[in-house]
Amino acid sequence: MKSLQERVAALRPSLPAALGRSALPFLIAIGLAYLIDAAIGPAIGATWRKILLDVGIAILLAGSLNIVNGYAGQFSLGHAGFMLVGGYTAAWLTFYGGIHWFGVKGTYGGFLGAGQLLFLGSCVLGGLVAAGFGALVGLPSLRLRGDYLAIVTLGFGEILNRLVQITDRQPKRVEDVQGRSLFELANNLGGAESFSQIPGYTTLFFVYVFAFVLLVFAYRLKYSSRGRGLLAVRENEIAAEAMGVDTTRAKVVAFVFSAFWGGVGGALYAHQISTLSPGELSFQKSIDIVLIVVIGGMGSITGVVLGAAILVILPELAREFADYRMIVYALALVVVMILRPQGIMGVRELWDTSPWRRLVQRLRGGQP
Amino acid sequence: MTAAGTSDAGQTAGTSDAGQIALDAQRLSLAFGGLKAVSDFSLALPAGGLYGLIGPNGAGKTTVFNLLTGVYRPDTGHVELGGERIDGKKPSHIARAGMARTFQNIRLFGELSVIDNIRTAAGVRTRSGLFRTLLRTPLHLAEERAITERSLELLEVLKIAHRREEQAKSLPYGDQRRLEIARALATEPRVLLLDEPVAGMNTQEKREMRGLIQSLRGQFGVAILLIEHDMGLVMEICEHITVIDHGVTIARGAPKAIQDDPAVIEAYLGVPDDAADPVPAPDAAPRTEAPEAAGPSSDGPGEA
Repeated sequence: MKSLQERVAALRPSLPAALGRSALPFLIAIGLAYLIDAAIGPAIGATWRKILLDVGIAILLAGSLNIVNGYAGQFSLGHAGFMLVGGYTAAWLTFYGGIHWFGVKGTYGGFLGAGQLLFLGSCVLGGLVAAGFGALVGLPSLRLRGDYLAIVTLGFGEILNRLVQITDRQPKRVEDVQGRSLFELANNLGGAESFSQIPGYTTLFFVYVFAFVLLVFAYRLKYSSRGRGLLAVRENEIAAEAMGVDTTRAKVVAFVFSAFWGGVGGALYAHQISTLSPGELSFQKSIDIVLIVVIGGMGSITGVVLGAAILVILPELAREFADYRMIVYALALVVVMILRPQGIMGVRELWDTSPWRRLVQRLRGGQP
Repeated sequence: MTAAGTSDAGQTAGTSDAGQIALDAQRLSLAFGGLKAVSDFSLALPAGGLYGLIGPNGAGKTTVFNLLTGVYRPDTGHVELGGERIDGKKPSHIARAGMARTFQNIRLFGELSVIDNIRTAAGVRTRSGLFRTLLRTPLHLAEERAITERSLELLEVLKIAHRREEQAKSLPYGDQRRLEIARALATEPRVLLLDEPVAGMNTQEKREMRGLIQSLRGQFGVAILLIEHDMGLVMEICEHITVIDHGVTIARGAPKAIQDDPAVIEAYLGVPDDAADPVPAPDAAPRTEAPEAAGPSSDGPGEA
């Protein structure tokens, strides 16, 4: 039988086809995000616009956590920690950087103007710093599993939280900021109070560009050798290693990748609510994200999108019962765990389900 | 995670280097605390050879597999695979170097589909890492197509193609064993270690499996080392047999010589003049606890 690499040359796609398959999903993602921002956003009113923003950010956070918890089966309870790192890093850059370079607090420039480009850069920087911390948390994951790993990641999130709380106060007047360099100001994150007046750059466009790009990445990962390696780690680590999957590397890569997107999600979150306080990005937030993944289906991309939509929209619809939100959450979790312990979608995707297949078949005009 | 080896890492021996030693293990020893699980184990498996490793329950056969594949690190001795030193390396490195195995207590990726189990293993021969995967470069696309193509062929050879979309854990027992072999072959090994491939099978299934194992050598050019309790099978298909008991090699040679070896008979049936212990079946050899049951073996793929 011919070996794999002997076959590869004959199966190389033509360059235009390859380019299309590589780039087209990204173009569609950007187009869709623009459509949501320009057409849907103005039409639905402020309340639903905010809900749509929340859903997008939840997709980013849960979608990225899904790589670690779902694909690789490493139960992490520290995702809010990555959010926190990304959020504070990005807020530091846009708030202080905005004052330094543009001389204003608040947003600056128009669509894709200097201010928004700074914001884009801050999201990426937030993601990168979070990814660095992801490597740090990934390392103990090599020796720990199950409950023990969960405890370590939980502790990691809390440590970051305390570290932010011992930073200095945030100078809020333009002239106080202008006299000092950005690096000096890195310790002025507001401490236990909050980091406020973060410019409100987050729009539906940015949230959904990042969310869709992550979904494209998650899809490509799931249906590739690298992603199957992660799934194999979850299914049976000893067999995965015996089949040539470098499980150590796979787990660290999963943590770093997931942390990057968690950081980006934190950056978008920070520029949406414009006031970051450490208390908000603590253990409870991590649990919220884990819930989306567990209820949606560990390892399922469409499941996570569904879970994010349900867990964000349901509490909004039941505003009157806001006081009972946590009780309803807990009850919903108990019910789902009894009825569908694998989550709504399990590891499957929407396109694996029989109603979807029937629909596709009908659309193609075939027999159902 | 990219396959370190060049494309010839998976190239198998077959005719080209017949007569060469594919796997050379020299004086391997391993102790769990004070218990010697394996002592002084040596084996030279020629390219394309089919060798057997037998012994009573708990003799240390699976521990030998775990030593060869890097699950355990030998206390002393060394292992060479196609000329490369592999002792002390990680199992994933050894798999890339060209050794694959099946597990006695089946270890499939249960939630994944049959074909994805094989695709996962085939991924070891790809060169694209995370960035090529995320950007879907031409190389990555070609590799994924090649994986699917080759995986389908492997499913045909192992006669489980009709089950390719089913979850691995839902397969009948015999097919699970076949899938384990298919998955191991997907890594393009030069040496294949089979740990009790016919355990729990009926006569018909055993006959099919025997034919399959023999055909693998020609079709894939692999050398095979076989652990099996079914003496009929081992004696019939193996060219050379090593017998171990309590981790010690007590006999090695051609099947005929092994059958008549007094040390082997004693290991399986007990000391002849011990009248109080007339146990006939090899599977029920009156030996005490398995060495694997002691020490750190609980997290390793030891004998069940």
